[in-house]
Amino acid sequence: MTIESYSEAIVADRPKALSKTQSHYCPGCLHGLAHRLIAEVLDELAIRGTTLMVAPVGCAVFASNYFECDSVVAPHGRAPAVATGLKRVSPDKIVFAYQGDGDLASIGTAEIIHAAARGESITVIFINNAVYGMTGGQMAPTSLVGMKTTSSPFGRDVKTMGSPLKMSELIAGIDGATFVSRRSMHNPAEIRKAKKAIRRAFEVQINHQGFSLVELLSNCPTNWQMTPLESLRWIETRMVPVFPLGDLKNAAANNGLKGV
Amino acid sequence: MAIELLKGNEAIAEAAVRAGVDAYFGYPITPQTELLEYMAKRMPELGRVFLQAESELGAINMVYGAACAGKRAMTSSSSPGVSLMQEGLSYIAAAEVPVVLVDVMRGGPGLGNIAPSQSDYFQMVKSAGHGDFKPIVLAPASVQEAVDIMDLAFDLADKYRTIVTVLLDGTIGQMMEPAELPPMKPRRTAAPGWALTGAADRSKNMILPFRLQVDDLEAYNLQLQQKLALIAHSEVRYHEQMVDDAELIVVGFGTAGRIAQTAVRLARRQGIKAGLFRPITLWPFPERRLSQLADDARGFLVVEMNAGQMVEDVRLAVGGQAPVKFLGRMGGSLPMPDDILAAIVKLDQASTRAQPDAPCTIEGPSMPLKHFVSVN
Repeated sequence: MTIESYSEAIVADRPKALSKTQSHYCPGCLHGLAHRLIAEVLDELAIRGTTLMVAPVGCAVFASNYFECDSVVAPHGRAPAVATGLKRVSPDKIVFAYQGDGDLASIGTAEIIHAAARGESITVIFINNAVYGMTGGQMAPTSLVGMKTTSSPFGRDVKTMGSPLKMSELIAGIDGATFVSRRSMHNPAEIRKAKKAIRRAFEVQINHQGFSLVELLSNCPTNWQMTPLESLRWIETRMVPVFPLGDLKNAAANNGLKGV
Repeated sequence: MAIELLKGNEAIAEAAVRAGVDAYFGYPITPQTELLEYMAKRMPELGRVFLQAESELGAINMVYGAACAGKRAMTSSSSPGVSLMQEGLSYIAAAEVPVVLVDVMRGGPGLGNIAPSQSDYFQMVKSAGHGDFKPIVLAPASVQEAVDIMDLAFDLADKYRTIVTVLLDGTIGQMMEPAELPPMKPRRTAAPGWALTGAADRSKNMILPFRLQVDDLEAYNLQLQQKLALIAHSEVRYHEQMVDDAELIVVGFGTAGRIAQTAVRLARRQGIKAGLFRPITLWPFPERRLSQLADDARGFLVVEMNAGQMVEDVRLAVGGQAPVKFLGRMGGSLPMPDDILAAIVKLDQASTRAQPDAPCTIEGPSMPLKHFVSVN
C-alpha cells in the first residue's frame, strides 16, 4: 500500500482586514458577505493600513467593529461629506464610505450627488436592500412598487409614494463619476462579479481616477419576513428586474487628482 | 507687523490662516461670505484645502472628516446656516474632535434679514445641537479682538478637543477697522494619536459618536461633563471698565458691549457711577465675576441686539442681589449710546440696594416704542 504524500494548503481564511469578532447582523443578512468582499479587496490591494472608512447610520453603524482599519461614523446620510473632508486633507489615504439605501438614497441624496459631481476621489459601497433595516423595516426610496413595509402597510403605491429611486443610474449620469456598477450577492456567480466591481472601484481611487461607487443588491430576511433562502430568490426574481445589474459607467478617463 | 485697515470677515480669515488652519469648508451666506471668498483665494495659494460645500450640512460634515484626520479645520456661516450645522455640531461634540466655527450673526427668525444681530446667543450658548454639550463661545467686539481670538480659538479647540465658536454680528464682519495681524504660525505636522491616519503599524482608531449601552453612554456623558467643568473653571474671559467703584453695571457682548462703553462714559460725565462688563467667553459665562460685582452694585443693565438672551445668564449670576434690566434692539437695529444712557439714568433713579425688586420700566426717549424691547 502506498501512501501518497500531499501538502496542506489554506484555500479559505479570514481576510486580515476583517476583524475577528462576532457580528451583530441578523442570521442570513448579506452585510457580512459585503464586509468580507471589501476586506478581501483591501488585503489583495495591500491597502488595509492606509484605508480610512466612513460608516453610516443604519445597520452598518457598527461596521467599525468589523474592519481592521481606522474609521469614523458619520451622521445619517452625510458619509460622502465626511469622506470628502478626510480625503481632502489625507490625499495619500484610501477613503471609502459604506452606506445603506435610507442613508444614501433618501436623507443623503445631496451629499452623494455632490461628492460624485466633484469627482471626489473616494469609493462608496452602497447596500440596497429596499428597506430601512435598523429601524424595523420601513419603506425606503428603493422599495419596490407594491412592496409592503411597516410604513407602507398596504404596499408602495406609486400615486402617493412614487417609484423606486435608481441611484446608480442617476450617479452614472454625472460627469465626475468614473466608475459606477450595480451588482448583487444572491448567488456565487454574482458574488464573484460583485467582488470584481469592488476591486475596480478601489483601483479607480488608487489610480487617482475620480469617484467610484458600487451598489450591491442585498437582503433583509428579518424585515422582509422571509427565510434567508427565500430572500435570495426575492433579490433575483423581484429586485434584479427593477435594478438591472452591470457596470453603468466605466470611464477610463482620469478626472484629475483631487485634494492637495 | 503693521496696523492695516482690515475688513472684519477678511481679517478673521487671514488670522485663521496665520493660526495654522489646514482646511476650510463653507457655503455662501450673507453677511459672512467675504470670509469664504477670502479663503477661496488664500488657501490654494498656500497649498491648503478650500472647498465650497453643497450646503451647510455638507460643510460641517467635511469639517468633521478633516478634523478626524487630525487637521485644523474650520467653517464659517451665518445664523440660518448655523441652524443647518447643528446636526453636525452634535456629532462633532460626541466624537470630541477639535473644530472652529465662525458665526457672523444676522437677523432672525427664519430668513430674517442680512443685517447685524445677536440673536444666536441661545443657539450657540444654550443649544448648539441635541444632547448635553457646550461649545466654547468667544465673542469679539472689534476687528482686532476678532483677529486675536482666532489663534486662541484653534488652541482651545485642540487643547480640549472641542468645538470653539467665534460669535460675532454682521457689524464686525462687515466693518473696516485698523488692526494688526499676527505673524504666520508654522502648521502642525504631526497628527495627534487619536487621529485617523491609517492603522498600518498600530491598532485601529475608531471615532464613534455613539455609545449604545446605557451604562456606557452615561459614563461617557459624565466624562464629557468633567471636561466641560474644567473648561468652565479655566477658560473664562471678560473685559471690564470702570467697575471698581461702579454702582451700576452695564453688561453687553460684542458690538452691543462696545456701544455700551460709550454710554458708560457719557453716564460718568453726568456723575453716575457706571461701569462696563463685557463677557468675551459667552460659554463659559463669567458668572463668578458678575456675582462678585453684584455684591456692591445697585443695579445691572443688559444691552443686547436681540429680545433678551444673555440677560437670562446675567440674572442667574446676579441671583436677585440687585435688579437686572434689559435694553434690546432687533431686526438689524443697533442700540444707540443715547438710548443706553437714558436707560442708565432711569436705572440710577429707580434702583437702590434696599429695594432690589423696585419696578423699573425702561423706555428709550429717542426710539419709537414698537422698536423697543423692555423686559420686566
